[in-house]
Amino acid sequence: MSSFWFALPLIVSISLVYAATRQEEVGAILTHAFRVALWIAGFMAIVFGVLFFVSMQVS
Amino acid sequence: MAESNDSQSNDQAIQLKDPLVAGVLAWLIPGLGHFYQGRNAKGALFAICIMGTFLYGLYLGGSKEVGWGRAVYFSFRTNDWRLPWLCQIGVGFPTVPMTLLQWKLEDKPILNGFMAPPALHLPEAADNAAPRELPPPSQISLAWINRLLPRYFDMGTVYTMIAGLLNILAVYDACCGPVPAESAKKEDETPQGKRDAGKGEEKS
Repeated sequence: MSSFWFALPLIVSISLVYAATRQEEVGAILTHAFRVALWIAGFMAIVFGVLFFVSMQVS
Repeated sequence: MAESNDSQSNDQAIQLKDPLVAGVLAWLIPGLGHFYQGRNAKGALFAICIMGTFLYGLYLGGSKEVGWGRAVYFSFRTNDWRLPWLCQIGVGFPTVPMTLLQWKLEDKPILNGFMAPPALHLPEAADNAAPRELPPPSQISLAWINRLLPRYFDMGTVYTMIAGLLNILAVYDACCGPVPAESAKKEDETPQGKRDAGKGEEKS
């Protein structure tokens, strides 16, 4: 199993818990969590891209 | 439960009961503090997300051969400073009593080495091309664990650490309620918002 899959449950869990500390209603929590999950995934994708580029330059 | 009609921004109306008791309960078992406050939906969400992450970390960081839950243990011995434990104790009840008990028992861990610190000595078999017989979970070393659970032990450590850190957020939420959103903060900074806040302080 690729290591990337281990990030998926963490993204879901972190975004839900983070959103729940900002909102009180379930609907608002889910909406906020979706936005947070997109932010995390986007940030990870950017970091992955930078590291991939650096590794290509080094090798 | 939120008592106000404007549930999005009126966080002050949430009944936090005794925030200290709620905070301690939330630290002991994720979600318990929110159930105590009657915030059942959030309690269930915290319990499922945080305990799920923690239990999955325990599953990843163990096996039948090395014993279960090996990614969580207390040790500040020479050459084995287990700093992740400081994050893992964010999940209070499952972690603290068991890890401290196993540390106290030293060489005679109970429950097949569950949350027990690994043996410090490095068995010769771990470095040999032809390993000797696998030691029992109660005597297994960190080298053996890493050899039998390549990357899974570290992954289990990360999962349990994150669960502990997430529960700190849940404890804060149980003590103080939700953190106001940025938009709500900006509204409070307007002259009207400041006047309203001032009235609230005078009343209290």
